[in-house]
This record gives sequence, structure tokens and C-alpha cells, in this order.
Amino acid sequence: MAEAHPVGFQWVMEAKARGAKVIHVDPRFTRTSALADSYVPIRAGSDIAFLGGIVNYVLANELDFREYVVNYTNAATLVSEDFQDTDDLDGLFSGYDPETRTYDPTSWQYAGAESEGDEEQDHEMQRETASALQHESHGSGVEAHPPRDETLQDPRCVYQILKRHYARYTPEMVARTCGVSEEQFLEVCQAWTENSTPDRTTALVYSVGWTQHSVGVQYIRTGAILQLLLGNMGRPGGGVMALRGHASIQGSTDIPTLFNLLPGYLPMPNAKDHQSLEQWIEAISQPGSKGFWANASAYAINLLKAYFGEAATSENDFCFDYLPKITGDHGTYSTVLDMIDGKVKGYFLLGQNPAVGSAHGRAQRLGMANLDWLVVRDLFEIESATFWKSSPEVATGEIVPEECRTEVFLLPAASHVEKEGTFTQTQRMLQWRQKAVDPPGDCRSELWFFYHLGRMVKERYADSTDARDVPVQQLAWDYPTHGPHREPSAEAVLKEINGYEVESGRPLSAFTEMKADGSTLGGCWIYTGVFKDGVNQAARRKPAREQSLVAPEWGWAWPANRRLLYNRASADPDGKPWSERKAYVWWDEATGEWTGLDVPDFEKTKPPSYEPPEDADGVAALAGNDPFIMQGDGKGALYVPRGLIDGPMPTHYEPGESPFGNPLYAQQANPTSKVYLRPDNPMNPSPPQHSDVYPYVFTTSRLTEHHTAGGMSRFVARLAELQPEMFIEVSPELARERGLEAGGWATIVTSRSAIEARVLVTDRLTPLKVEGRTVHQVWLPYHWGEGGLVTGDSANDLIGINLDPNVLIQESKVGTCDVRPGRRPTGPALRQLVRDYLEETQR
Amino acid sequence: MTHVQQGRRRRGAERSMVPEADFTSYYGRPIVKPSPWEADIPAYLFAGGLAAGSSLIAAGADLTGRPTLRRAGRLAAVGALGFSMAALVHDLGKPSRFLNMLRTVKLTSPMSVGTWILSTYGPFAGAAAAAEVTGLLPERYGRTSPLPLVSWLGRPAGLVAALTAPPVAAYTAVLLADTATPAWHSAYKELPFVFVASGSAAAAGLGMIAAPTAETAPVRRMAVAGALAELAMEHRMERSMGVTAETLHQGKVGRLMRAAKVLTAAGAAGALLAGRSRVVAAASGAALLLGSACTRFGVFEAGQESAKDPKYTVVPQRERLEREGPVRYHP
Amino acid sequence: MTSLFGENDLWGPLDPTKDAGYGEDRPKRKGFFTDTSICIGCKACEVACKEWNDVPADHFDMLGSSYDNSHSLNANQWRHVAFIEQPTRAEPRQTVDLGMPVRAPSRPPEEEPGEDAEKPDFRWLMSSDVCKHCTHAACLDVCPTGSLFRSEFGTVVVQDDICNGCGYCVAACPYGVIERRRAPEGDKNVGIAQKCTLCYDRLGAGMTPACAQACPTQSIQFGDVDELRERADARVAELHEAGIMDARLYGNDPDDGIGGAGAFFLLLDEPEVYGLPPDPVVTTHDLSRMFHRATTAAAFMLAGAVVSFLGRRR
Repeated sequence: MAEAHPVGFQWVMEAKARGAKVIHVDPRFTRTSALADSYVPIRAGSDIAFLGGIVNYVLANELDFREYVVNYTNAATLVSEDFQDTDDLDGLFSGYDPETRTYDPTSWQYAGAESEGDEEQDHEMQRETASALQHESHGSGVEAHPPRDETLQDPRCVYQILKRHYARYTPEMVARTCGVSEEQFLEVCQAWTENSTPDRTTALVYSVGWTQHSVGVQYIRTGAILQLLLGNMGRPGGGVMALRGHASIQGSTDIPTLFNLLPGYLPMPNAKDHQSLEQWIEAISQPGSKGFWANASAYAINLLKAYFGEAATSENDFCFDYLPKITGDHGTYSTVLDMIDGKVKGYFLLGQNPAVGSAHGRAQRLGMANLDWLVVRDLFEIESATFWKSSPEVATGEIVPEECRTEVFLLPAASHVEKEGTFTQTQRMLQWRQKAVDPPGDCRSELWFFYHLGRMVKERYADSTDARDVPVQQLAWDYPTHGPHREPSAEAVLKEINGYEVESGRPLSAFTEMKADGSTLGGCWIYTGVFKDGVNQAARRKPAREQSLVAPEWGWAWPANRRLLYNRASADPDGKPWSERKAYVWWDEATGEWTGLDVPDFEKTKPPSYEPPEDADGVAALAGNDPFIMQGDGKGALYVPRGLIDGPMPTHYEPGESPFGNPLYAQQANPTSKVYLRPDNPMNPSPPQHSDVYPYVFTTSRLTEHHTAGGMSRFVARLAELQPEMFIEVSPELARERGLEAGGWATIVTSRSAIEARVLVTDRLTPLKVEGRTVHQVWLPYHWGEGGLVTGDSANDLIGINLDPNVLIQESKVGTCDVRPGRRPTGPALRQLVRDYLEETQR
Repeated sequence: MTHVQQGRRRRGAERSMVPEADFTSYYGRPIVKPSPWEADIPAYLFAGGLAAGSSLIAAGADLTGRPTLRRAGRLAAVGALGFSMAALVHDLGKPSRFLNMLRTVKLTSPMSVGTWILSTYGPFAGAAAAAEVTGLLPERYGRTSPLPLVSWLGRPAGLVAALTAPPVAAYTAVLLADTATPAWHSAYKELPFVFVASGSAAAAGLGMIAAPTAETAPVRRMAVAGALAELAMEHRMERSMGVTAETLHQGKVGRLMRAAKVLTAAGAAGALLAGRSRVVAAASGAALLLGSACTRFGVFEAGQESAKDPKYTVVPQRERLEREGPVRYHP
Repeated sequence: MTSLFGENDLWGPLDPTKDAGYGEDRPKRKGFFTDTSICIGCKACEVACKEWNDVPADHFDMLGSSYDNSHSLNANQWRHVAFIEQPTRAEPRQTVDLGMPVRAPSRPPEEEPGEDAEKPDFRWLMSSDVCKHCTHAACLDVCPTGSLFRSEFGTVVVQDDICNGCGYCVAACPYGVIERRRAPEGDKNVGIAQKCTLCYDRLGAGMTPACAQACPTQSIQFGDVDELRERADARVAELHEAGIMDARLYGNDPDDGIGGAGAFFLLLDEPEVYGLPPDPVVTTHDLSRMFHRATTAAAFMLAGAVVSFLGRRR
């Protein structure tokens, strides 16, 4: 966190100054470790074993926050008798189909709901469309009133299932799998559990590197299970905090730049199941479930109204048919492979540098070299605009500049200080950014680019009579502009996102005001309220000292300016704070409403004692002690019967590339991971295959000094000089073993490519004892390419395409490699070296 | 041996010549910065001493009726002065701003004080030399110009120059010593003596070269005395310098300082034994000049080396800490 | 010759601003307290400093010294973050008393069995170094042109247009801070002595220096020196209470060899580990004696010459 989020880390330091204990678990000793109270080195890719071990420690010693667990989680819920766990099936859950490498989740369902398992699309299609992303805020879509055993004794209740599932994650097993000593592991267990009480809470912070694993979603799930068991969710100082990778990555999933989502986590309709608006809305709202998704029709129709304006009416399903429909995997990696195969004509890159920043750099560049056209908008002439003339593939002869067919349009972009708008940070807080200076020369904002591009496209099709052009013609595309370059008003866009009454133009103050009849429109229901009272709430900057510790008047957080989600859980089932020290939101008997420091994440006047009638659904079905109001049963999900591709509970699988066999099960790696088996995407073999050709584990991450693929740092002298060269961090032991010289060069080889890096020998990397033998881990930053003031090979060239099945994110934080002294060969000899290694594995 | 206690990382600049002294540093990097001065500055130090000594000799020769020696002294003084000023200006990062030196008088700055010493001494040395030059001109210029006045001013100017000359030789020692450069600062007690002795010996050496032996008895005495004083004070200086004295014995500096000693001693011996031999006298004089130059270059380079190695900053301070505790002001 | 200088002019406690002749209405002395125990090594201070003061960035070589690629304080580096990777010490080292007897560990480490066990087995120390703005600033004292001056805030500042590049300040600084700029070619201040000004221009406008403003963890604290010294005392006491007996202050004592620094530090190890001199003394401490010695030497020179010429004529 100190490495990639130095500004945010000030709060960790502040907490530490107030007595918080900071524990850092990481494959390498980083700036964060330097400031932590204790540092735990871990083998990259073994996090579920580690966290699962803590879950086992909690359950075996009954250290869970019992009252919280019984009331607020699905611990008491009974699961179908058909369910079989990984313990029974040696690493697989029941319902696995080896043919499609997917599960039929019917047997995972709550007792009595078995028939609902496959009601949605089949799991193969779900994987293709990364459907679990939609559950990010949807919850697992379960029925409202499943059978429960609040004594937690029934062997089929989630609590008991969980206990059995993690029973084999003993401290000894954790030590064997993760390379963490038992003492250190128990120290973490102790610290975590002792600090999770009515009086105290523990926060779990991860950086997005956690997501870049073939089991990334399950990593986070394990953290969530632990935090639920210990009562750390919905309470101040608790939670699972995802540190995002860029300034507004939270914003770019809220109003997404993803193929399978629409704003506000509405799923992109698919061509097969969502033939009509009604079908689509039903798939979202899931009649029979509890919670606020029951109002999905309002959210969806408001979005359509925002898109198509007056053209969207109840008669024409609010132009639902105009929406593009997905038919399968249109993710970034399948797109790149399609480019290589010549199936893609054009590509827009906005502030993105896949030639350096995406996994399997060679595939990225070969793909881009096989387009008709490519538009790159960036601050500098990045590698994704120059791959055709100066990439490693030009050196190897795979791309010939004179013959490269791609026409590249490099358009200069305005930087964040040269345009206005909002950033949405990890706390879901929108902060308005004023423009400090005009962009120089031809640099323009993204808003300008898209507005005028859309305007010109509309002009081009204005007179078309072709039916397929009607959506473009009817697109509502009318924003006030200003200045000599006709810059669109960012506030006008924010107002549209917020939503307003069509008739009067009055901005909506809450998404509950959204109507499903077309009388209101709003671009992103969860953002409704950001323009409440016609005021740009995101621009508020009241200093902390002038308001409460929650600081509700700084910026604006979705939903409803709520700073802490599910904060109903900060009070006990009776609505009283769990403790004075941790009082946050509580039920005020006198006024008959929820009150406290934050906006209560609960219906304001629904008392804690409220019991819904049997036949209720939607919001009305939420009981007074159902804090997880977006979940179908109102409970925090320790066990996920629906919505995940790879199982209802996290299970340790080895990474796609590992020097070790899975110590826990026969099943080696995630059985459902999304793989692309093609000659240009080879994977390094793992046991039982011949794995010692690539004997070392590598992981990559960022340095404080650079920004992601380096587009904003390598081209700026005062940043570039801070870390001027690509390097590899190795332990002194590995340096000795491989004859690597400090300050010299090393070549790192995988089955995709080989790169070179300067050697930094450091005690911050330490060999670990895993499964009785020593494993060396090496670390690489991934900021360099051949452009900019400081150049170097790109670590992402080493990585293959192997994706998490739930969200289609690549496993780029762990892999195997060989490390050899000296520089890499150049030209065609580079490819020969890579081939030689691959052949070696086949021997 | 330089112990760089930074992890198991390879030890950077390892120097195995120096005796064992355990200390910690930051990657073996210097703590203080070496002065940015180059060969100009030791040349300037040498020339300053030579000028000062020469002015003294010129005055003595003038008063004791040794015209050749007088002329040599006056011309050498102004020549050395000119050279040293050129060296000084050349060394400035912004030579065009030399005059900025004259915008203030600052007693805490040896360079400012030195500038004013030179500014006082320079015109008189110049006037004395000018008088000497007029004497060399053909007779016919004699009556039509202010030359007779210039010639008449030779003696008083030369005497004032002689009186202001010793500070020119001595201040350069303070110039070096009043720094954080370990080998210079630690030598502050003896360095002025080394420098004046060295300057006297050099000037005497030049006198022995330039004047006939009939006129050089005083300068030979001065040569012997200067050389012996230089050797003695240098020896004493090394003892009070502590660990930084090592820098006088290592590498290039070591060679320079050894050469200085040999040349100075040989020059002194020659001066003592030369008798009427002009050749021996001239050779001795050259040895003294060269010896003096070697001393200045040696001392200068020793300082630079001592600044580049953190050992010479850390060890003396550590030793003092262990001996006396931290330096604290006690009124 | 001591009389040439005022009381404590060259050494000892002093209000440098008053000494420089500023009137009673002068602002309080300003400085930095850099608490290295919370430095995360982000280098924001380095970048902010360079941006604000237009200091060139011109070295693009990896140094291989942990994450330090800026080497040291120098003409083009007015803030420098040091990175020190420290494995476990085999045996507890005897700490040398740096003049903080009140707060120094009261018991030798071996008497505290629990302490070593709790110590991390590996440390990565980070520390942002800067010009100390000494009470007795050798650079300022030796400057022959008056380019270096004491500002009304008690800081030491170079006037670029007066410096003639003599380089004397470079050799005089006991911390190796100030340096004559050598590169990049064409830069307007090549040949001129350069160092931290404590953002003199920002102070004049009532702003915080760029580095302190950019520091995310408040490792660099800016303020009135008097108040910062109190804060530093409190912080070191707090750390000692928490069992971090390595914590010590550096440069905070007005009685020390430079009369106390305007920019002082909380360190977690000996100063030289961070590239700082363990117990520096301003060179002017000995200046009076130097003048005495030089005067005596000059007199000897004169006397030597006289004696040589008084001898028997041969």
C-alpha cells in the first residue's frame, strides 16, 4: 500500500500512531513492510491456504463473533443434501463437468432451492461473460427465506460446512503450503482474532494484485468470509478494502468500461436470454429475493431514458432493442487473440498502454499489428503507438514496419489537471476535480473527444434510412459546450448521471425517486444524489476539522452519500451499538428511526424487531436484522450458492504455473479457469508435468516511482530518474545459486518470452521452505518499455493468458520462470531461446 | 578496509591499503563534498607563496644592494601573482563574476580576507616590478615620461609589498583549513607554517636560479631555513592530523609528498653545499621550487581524497565522541 | 583576534536571525523536523522540490543501492531520500551517546531480554535528507561574495546572481549539502552553488515548503524551530516508551557543533548509517585559532627573511 498508494498510506500511519498494529503479508518486503509492525513473507499464489488457515483457526477455536455470525450471515442457512465438498471429491465440488470445465451449481443451492440452480444461463456462458462481475453489488441472488438452524449444529448448515471445508487448513499445512512459519502464522491469527471484538475491529486491505490470479475472486471471498466471521463488516475500522490501481478505477466499474456491464452494475443484456426488456429486468431483479435489486426496472429504464431521451417510451420498451447484446467472451484478452486471428478491424486505446501494461505483451503487439486502424489517445507517444516500428517483435522480425498494415492515429490527450470531472476512489467517493490549466496545443479531454466523435457519427448517419442506424440517430447526445474548442460541460454530464425529472428538470435526490414509467431519467442509479438540489455534491470540500469524523461533507459517496456500506451491522440485532467505542449507526427508539454518524444503510424507519410477512419480497422482505440489503437473503454470504463459477467456498488451488503439486487436493489448479489453448499462448508446465525447467516463482508489481505501464512517468524526467532502469529483485541466496552479479544483468525466461533486467540483490526477498524444499521467488516491476526517457524490457512479456473464470482477469501476479545471468539474446535468437526452453519441457 | 554495513550487498569502494578501522557509511559514499577546485588551486597556492617569498627577497636584495636578485624577486613576485590571479579566476564557476568578490569584506571568509590581502599586496608588488621594468628600458624613454617617478617608487613599493607579502603566503593555509575537508581542517595548526616555509624555500630557490652566486648568500640561508622548517612542520602536522594523515601517504598524494620531501631536502643540501657553483645552485633552486609545488599539490589532493572517503569524516568524529563525548557548547 | 567576532558568532547557541541584524519584528525561525520513523520512501519530497524550484533531473542510471537512485544531496538534489537495508544485527551494538542523555536507553540492551525478540529481523530505513540550515552555517560564513545570506526566517539561501562559483562553500559544509552545479549543460545556474532554500519564495508568501507540503505521512514537518524541537522531543519520548530505543534526535541541540540545525531529524540508527556525519563541528569553531596561527606564521616568514639578509655578506 505504501508502494502504490503512498498518499492513502498516511492514514495507515495515522492509525499506527494511535496504536493500530499493522501486519503486512507479501511475497517481498516492500515499503509497506518497512513501516509495518510485522512482516510475513508468503509464497505468491498461496493466499487462500493462508487465509483459509485463519478461518480454520477461528472455527476450530470457536473464536467467531457468534451473535453477529448467527444474525447477520448465512452461517445458519441449510444447504442442499446433494452438495458435495472438495473434501469428498479431492478438490472438486459437486456438479463438475470435465468436458466444459464448468460446474452445474444445482447441488450448491440452499436446501429446498435446488431447482433454481440453473435457472440463469449455464455456467459456461456465465464464465464467457464474466457474469460474476455483476454480482459485485448484486449479491448472490438467492431466495429470501431459506431454512435455517440458528444453533449452528445441523451438519448441513453453512457454519458446519465451512468448518469441515477448512479443517484441513491447519497451521502445519499453511506452513507447508505458504512457506510461512507456524509461529508467524499463529501470530497473525492471534492478532486478527484478538482485535475483532465488540470493542475493536480489524481492517483487511488488499491491492488489486490480489485480483490478478486464476482464483482472484476467491482470494477476496476468503478475506470476506474471515471478516464476516469476526464481525468486521459494516463496522467502523473494519471491512475489506480494495485499493484500486488508478485514480478512478472504481468509477470505471461503476460507469464501466467493461464489455459485460452497464452503469450501476446492470448486466449487459445477452442475445440469447434477454430478448425483451422484461426478460432482462427479471434477470436482474430476481422476483422472490429480498433487497433493493427488486427495483431494477426503475434503474434500467432510467438508464435507457438517459441514452435515448424522448425516443425511449414505454411503447417501444424504452429502446431496449437498441442496446447491443453480448454473445460470449468479448473481454480484452479474447479480443487481442481475435486481432491476431484477423477478426478485429479497429481498436481504441484511451490512456491505456497494453503493449507494456497487459499480460502477454507479445500477443498484444502482434494483435495490434494486425488491425486496419488503431486510435491511441495519450499524453505521450507510448509503446502502443510505436509497436509497429520499435517493438521487440520488430527486432525479432515478427513485425516488419514497412509491411505492418495497422494505421495508427495518435491523438494527444489532456491530463487530469487539464480537464474537469470526477474521480471515484476506492471508498466509492466521487471527488470533483477543477481544471487547473488549459491543455496545451491539440490536447483534448476524453469528454471532448467522445462528445465530438459521437456528434460527428450522428451527423454522418443523420440522413441514413438503414434501420440499423436508427439507434445512433435517436441517441440523446446534447450537452452544452463552451470555449473555443467547444468543450462539453462535465457538470451537465454529471447531472444526467445523477438523474432528473424529465418534465421539470429537477435533479433527483435519491435513487428511490426513480420511476419506471419514463418520467425520470438517470445515467447511473447508484450515483443518484451526487447532484442533489442542483448542487455538485462531489465538489464539496469542507475541511475535516469542521465536521464529524465521518466527514460526510467532503465529496460524495455512492450510494446516498453513505461512507460505510452495510452499516446496519455496526449495531447489534436490537439496534444498539456493539460497544461505545465502535458506535456508528444505531436505532433511536425515541424518534423511531436509524441514526448515527453516517447515513444508515437501512430503511430509516424499519425497526430492528421487524419481521417480514412470509410472502414478502424485495425491500419489504428485509427483516430488521438483515443488514446486507443487496443480498437475496439479507445476510452476509459465508457460502455462495449462486453466482460464482468456481465454487461456493474458496479452495486452495495452485496457480496455473507452479513448481509445486497442490498439497491439499489432487486437483492441481482452478478447474474452471478460462484458458486459451493456442500455440501462441503456451503455459509453463506444473506438476505432475516436467516443471523444473522454470524452477522459480515470479511476481510483479509496481514501484512508487512509476505509474503502471509508465506512460505517465517514463516520459517525465523528474519521475523517470527516480527508478531509471528495469530491474529484478533476487535474494542473495538465489544470486549465489545462479551466479547473478549485483548491478549486472539477468535474463528471465518463460514459455512466452525472455526479458533482461538489472540485478538488485536484496534481503527483502527471502527463499521460502515449501513442501520441504526451498523455493526462490523473484520480483519484477512492470513499468518499462522501449519508449520514454528510461527504457527497459517489459515484465508483462513473460506472462501468459490464463484468466479467473468469474471476472476474466488474467493471472499476472504469479508464474514460473528461469533466471540466468547475463543479457538476453537479441533478434531472432531471442525467439530461439524461448523455443529451446519449451522443447526442454517436452523432453 | 572500508566496512560498509549495508546488508549483504557487495561492498562498494573497497580500499585495502588503509589500516583496519571499523566504521559505518552509506554505501561508501562521501559525507562531505570535495571542493570543486582543480589543479588551478594548488597552482595558485604555490604561486602565492612564491610571490610572497619573492617580494621579501626583492626587498632584502634592494636594501642590501643585490640588484640582480632584486630584479628577479620583483619580477617573479608579479609573475607569480599574475599567474595565481589567473588561476583563481579560471577556477570560478562564473569567472565573469570575479568582481563580486569585491562587493563585501567578510572576516569569516578566508577567501574574502585573502582577496583583500591580495588586493593590497598586488598594486605594490606591481609597482615594484614596474620600477624594475623601467630600468630595463632603453635610456631614451627616460626624460619624456613619468618613468623616473615609477623608478623612484620602486623601493617604497617594494618594501610595502614585502610587508604585506607574508599574509599572502599564510592566508592560503587558512583558506584550506577553514573547511570541512578532513585532511585540511585537521592540519589547521601547522598548515600556515608549512605554507610560509614552503613559499620561502621556493622563492629562495628561484633566487638561486636567477641571481649570480655572489648575490645569493641570503637566499641560500633562507632556502635552508625554509626547507628545514617545511620538513619539520610537515612532520608535526602529520602527527596532529590523526587518521586523516593517511591520505598524505596513499597513491598519487603519497608520491607527491615523498617527492616533496626528497626535493626539499636535496634543495636544502644543495643550497648549503653549492658554494660558488652556479649549476649546483640552480639545480638546488629548481629542486626547492619543485618540492614546494609538490607540497602544495600533495596537501591539496590529500584534502580532496579525504573528502571523498567517508572514513575520514566518520572515524575522527567517532574517535572524538569516544574520547570526549559529543561536542557541546560550554560557556 | 577573537575580538574581531561577536559573542558566539562562530560557535555556540545563537539566534541566527537576530545575529544577522533583523529587527524585533522578524518572523520566528523556520525549519524542518524530519521524522524518519514514518518515512515511506515515496520520494514525493524530491519530486516536489525539483518541480517547485526548477531543479534539473539529469541522471538516469540505476545505482543499485536499494531504491536510492539520486545518490546524495547535491546541486541537483535538494532533498535526498536514503534507503538502508539492514539485516539482523548479530549482537546488539553499543550505542554512542549523541548528547541525548535524558532520553537515551537507561539500561544496556542485554538487560532487556524481551526487546531483541520483538525487534524486526530486517529493517528498511528510509530518510529524507535536506540542508540543515545551520545556526552556524559554514557555507554562509566562508562565502566571499555575500551570495549566501541569512534570511529573515533564519534560513540560509544562495543568491544565484551574486554567487561567482568560487566553490568555497562546497568544501566548508560539514554535511556535504551545497554544491556547484555542473550539469545539465546550458542550465542557467551551471557553475553556481545550489542547495535547498527552504523554499524562500514560498515562505515569503506564507506557504509551506514544497517537500513538506508533498509529504504524505508528515515525515517532513515544517514550522517554527522552537515548536518543532518540542514536537521532536515528544516524539522521541513516545518511541522510547514504545520500546523503540534506537530512536534519537539529530541536529536539534542548540549547544551542538553547529549551534543546532534549522532542519533536524529523528533517526533510527547512527547518523553515519544515513550518510550523515556523527558529530559535526562547524569549521569556524577553529577560525580564530587559524587566524592566530596564520598571523604567527606570517611573522615568522618575515622574520626569517630579515634574518637571512642580516647574515654575513659572502
